[in-house]
Amino acid sequence: MTTATAPAPVARRSPARPPARVAAQVFMISATVLWLVPIVFAFYVALRPISETNKLGYVSIAHTLTLENFSNAWNQSDMLRFFENSVKITVPAVIITLFLASCVAFVVSRFNFKFNVALLIIFTAGNLLPQQVIITPLYRLYLQIHLPHVISDSGLLYNSIAGLIVINVSFQLGFCVFVLSNYMKTIPHEMYEAAVVDGASLWARYWRLTMPLCRPALAALATLLTTWIYNDFFWAITLVQTGNKRPITSALANLQGQFVSNQNMIAAAALLAAIPTLVVYLLLQKQFIAGLSLGSSKG
Amino acid sequence: MLGVPIIADLLFIWFPAIASIALSFFRWSGIGGVHAKACASTGGLIPPDGCFYGVQNYSYAATTYPQFWPAVEHNVIWLIVFMLIATPLGMLFAVVIDRGIRGSRIYQSVLFLPVMLSLALIGIIWQFVYSSNFGQINTVIGHNKNSNLIDWLGNPHLNLWAVLVEASWRQAGYVMVLYLAGLKAFDPSLREAALVDGASAWQTFWRVTFPVLKPINIVILVVTVIESLRAFDLVYITNRGSNGLELLSVLVTNNILGETSKIGFGSALGVVLLVISLVPITIFLYQTFRKEQAR
Repeated sequence: MTTATAPAPVARRSPARPPARVAAQVFMISATVLWLVPIVFAFYVALRPISETNKLGYVSIAHTLTLENFSNAWNQSDMLRFFENSVKITVPAVIITLFLASCVAFVVSRFNFKFNVALLIIFTAGNLLPQQVIITPLYRLYLQIHLPHVISDSGLLYNSIAGLIVINVSFQLGFCVFVLSNYMKTIPHEMYEAAVVDGASLWARYWRLTMPLCRPALAALATLLTTWIYNDFFWAITLVQTGNKRPITSALANLQGQFVSNQNMIAAAALLAAIPTLVVYLLLQKQFIAGLSLGSSKG
Repeated sequence: MLGVPIIADLLFIWFPAIASIALSFFRWSGIGGVHAKACASTGGLIPPDGCFYGVQNYSYAATTYPQFWPAVEHNVIWLIVFMLIATPLGMLFAVVIDRGIRGSRIYQSVLFLPVMLSLALIGIIWQFVYSSNFGQINTVIGHNKNSNLIDWLGNPHLNLWAVLVEASWRQAGYVMVLYLAGLKAFDPSLREAALVDGASAWQTFWRVTFPVLKPINIVILVVTVIESLRAFDLVYITNRGSNGLELLSVLVTNNILGETSKIGFGSALGVVLLVISLVPITIFLYQTFRKEQAR
């Protein structure tokens, strides 16, 4: 974890010669500006009425800045419902994934079963497959699995919130098992021996000993999973047919069609959809980066 | 405790992956069942369905299906651009930031921002950069008159490159974060020693830093290849992956979302993706689990 939290930018080597330093600064400043332009511009467009940008183009000085596009995008579409769908999918999916993955990781890291490595390989490789490799049979499978109407009003796994939770959990399990098992292996054996001597059950060793120690990794993974599942586009486009059942990210494709005559409103809708990820970015950036680092730095 | 996750992974990930291979040898519209009889033996006016088709789905893709080879070409270009531009750029960002120049934190935060955004959103906000009448690029280079418009996202000779700029914009930040984690784990005294011994900064990077970072380099290589194969969202939000933006992932998906569902053919295209993706997956598994096996 120490690798993950960004340390203060202290010089790690003797400072570079001045020309090199200037070149580095120029390079980084230009990159940073280039990186900000598309985002800032989309925001600028979203703040201006379409009548004005149609006359002047996007690259022009604004006469009117208004939040009207945002409120129109919100009121003229089912955005609230799309956000609700996103919450209904993301929150359970993240919790279930972390719970199930930590169970597997606990077993794999605490017991010396012969099948441990095979199990880890199955989970890890599953997460690396491109989603499109499995989508055709998965789609057929989703049409075959029936659910009670209480859970899914389509009566199927296809076209249901439950179906999206299931596939997001199954797909993300691999990454989380991989990260958590690496993390749990660093917990000293002595702690478990002591717990066994104290008469702690298997469940207690998992829930009361291991899970609290894994809190940093769990927090990092929760941030990562929330962002990834919220941002998911592919599963929702393919496995949910009805527009109003889609979560917000994939609903953007529908909104694009709906607002086709008002591009500025599309920009506003897209930026509204980005608010949750921007909140995560501002508050939990470190956690997110920590999650990515955990996945990549344990070879 | 183990049962549910294992069943979920096997049923929803590995079963479809294996089924893809099996179904790719059948001709099937998804209506009715699949049987083992060969397609040719069922005569009649209606084309036979649910029958064994041999490798004909593959030969149809390779010889007749007009979008197959363009899609392969686009995927290859995607991979090359990621390998030669996006990934090295991300690594360069990481190296510069890791040296702790002034403002590192701000640079890192900004360059990382696109990684948090969904690709669908990225596709939308870049449309304002590329817009032919009003967009920044055409306005700046003076090509925003109806007589001389450049249609960045509509012209099939340009749009792949335009979308690749969007994709690289995100990928570079992603690689940067991964590589920074690797660099921070690197012991700076190794580099100091090389410098004391008279090696140049260039030599030190290539001969000392780079080899020590082999594990993270492999992770980045794998991520780069897999992300190029997975590419979908950006082209789909831009124009549903048509007219110059065909990718293998889109062709697979079209067989589900499109008017005609060709399950066997879609599976065959999926298998092509599977076979290619097995290369980086195997490399990653080998490097990661080799040590575990030995233990």
